[in-house]
Amino acid sequence: MKHRALRAQVGAETRMTLQRGETLLVTLGIPVVLLIFFTLVPVLPTGTRHRVDFLAPGILALAVMSTAMVSLGIATAFERSYGVLKRLGATPLGRPVLLTAKIVSVILVEITQVVVLVGVALALGWRPHASAGLAVIAVLLATVAFAGVGLAMAGALRAEVTLAVANGVYVILLLIGGVIFPLHELGGLARFARLLPTAALSDALHATLGSGSNATEGWVVLALWAVAAPVVAAVTFKWE
Amino acid sequence: MPAVEVDRLVVRYGNLVAVDGLSFDADPGEVVALLGPNGAGKTTTVETLEGFRRADGGSVRVLDLDPWSDHTRLTARVGVLLQRGGIYPIMNTERAVRLFAAYYENPLPADELIDLVGLRSVARTPYKRLSGGEQQRLALALAIIGRPRVVFLDEPTAGVDPAGRIAVRNIVAGLRNDGVCVIITSHELDEVQRLADRVVIIDHGRVVAAGRQGEIQGGSEELRFAAQPGLETGELSVRLGTHVSEGPPGEYLIPVPPVPALVAELTAWLAEHDLQLGDLRAGRQRLEDVFLRLTAPVVDEPTDEVSALAPSSSKQQGRGGTARR
Repeated sequence: MKHRALRAQVGAETRMTLQRGETLLVTLGIPVVLLIFFTLVPVLPTGTRHRVDFLAPGILALAVMSTAMVSLGIATAFERSYGVLKRLGATPLGRPVLLTAKIVSVILVEITQVVVLVGVALALGWRPHASAGLAVIAVLLATVAFAGVGLAMAGALRAEVTLAVANGVYVILLLIGGVIFPLHELGGLARFARLLPTAALSDALHATLGSGSNATEGWVVLALWAVAAPVVAAVTFKWE
Repeated sequence: MPAVEVDRLVVRYGNLVAVDGLSFDADPGEVVALLGPNGAGKTTTVETLEGFRRADGGSVRVLDLDPWSDHTRLTARVGVLLQRGGIYPIMNTERAVRLFAAYYENPLPADELIDLVGLRSVARTPYKRLSGGEQQRLALALAIIGRPRVVFLDEPTAGVDPAGRIAVRNIVAGLRNDGVCVIITSHELDEVQRLADRVVIIDHGRVVAAGRQGEIQGGSEELRFAAQPGLETGELSVRLGTHVSEGPPGEYLIPVPPVPALVAELTAWLAEHDLQLGDLRAGRQRLEDVFLRLTAPVVDEPTDEVSALAPSSSKQQGRGGTARR
């Protein structure tokens, strides 16, 4: 019975995510364009032999952030303001199943993103090394962390404010998250940037998919966000 | 056993008391309307019954369960229509119906339900592009899809076109026939008269009158009088041993049966304070009169109450009530 509800809810959530043009722009359009543009145009100090070797892991980090934080946060915020969350609270669906459906839906969209972005990166000459398994773990940790941040915004701020803040944070973390600019090029800002989940994820992905460098700090930061953000969201979330 | 029981319910928002000792109940197969002006506490009461809010005092029971602590057990047996919204704006009618059907063990067939609420022609239209009446009919369909035993409809006809109103009426009639208990809130007297078996009039979070359609309700025997505005109602209340309130300035209400001793005590108090008595009326009121007085914006408008000085008014008889005086 709960399985039927969960399946239906995952289907509905995923379909609506893919139906929203502005969401697709942020989750697929921008990452693909950035990946292709900065691979082909030599303007970035990537520090790798092939620019795509740096860009591919960073853009994957951006993709995870865009779905788990921006898309989930904004969609949930509007569902709250439209009374959808309240109405669902009066059905037998239940909050745990609703939350599970949202997470599963995020992961399904992420799989789509990974397939597209890895395909484009490979076509651009990316040759990833090392452990895809560890990269998957990093992505799952980051998904939990970003979902926590997105839901914390959605559950506390007005929908329009969530929309603005989530997009603003997206741009800032795109710039200082090790996505297109290497962290070591950021000077003093890098110290601060490394405490944020995007840099932590891109660090972990650069390490696991590329250089094989040490990203211990990134893993620790990622794990802390993955615990703290959902706790904050759970405590502060207002359902109506 | 009543399907819905509200016993001396109190709900506060901070310092504001939204519901103040409210009591009523409703049986299976009965349609009960909570009628009152905006801000009377109707929605707060219904939301407490739906398990969205916790009672600060008194108790509420739905199907003999506590809507707050037994919320998850009740959701399968209770249908809800929120005052507004509640449906994904980009989801179309058919998908919304099928999604909600998946939440319930034994839902009504989606296609039959879409036909029942007359939304076949807009089955593929997203919620946000439906008209107000269509949106309300869809919300109504989702409220009954799980074959509930109790249904809460918060302002089901507000802002709804005539076709929507008829759909609401037909569905409510169907629910009644199936033995479902329906609780409706409304601030529209006419609509409530069409829909409900019984009416509970609420103001300032309290029941001010209750009864069946067209009935003179028994609980509101009272004494009203007019005098200069701004009397010391506190002092008078103590003297009479009941709560005296000033409605419109200069009009006072004593909500107890107007026995001669009470009248004597009142006039004695007025005499002691050298106050002139403008008008003195005793009696019972019809629900319509109670409600119209509550919502009347004008102070000086002559009201319809049964009056000791003017035993009946033509307007009241014109409504064809079964008034017994």
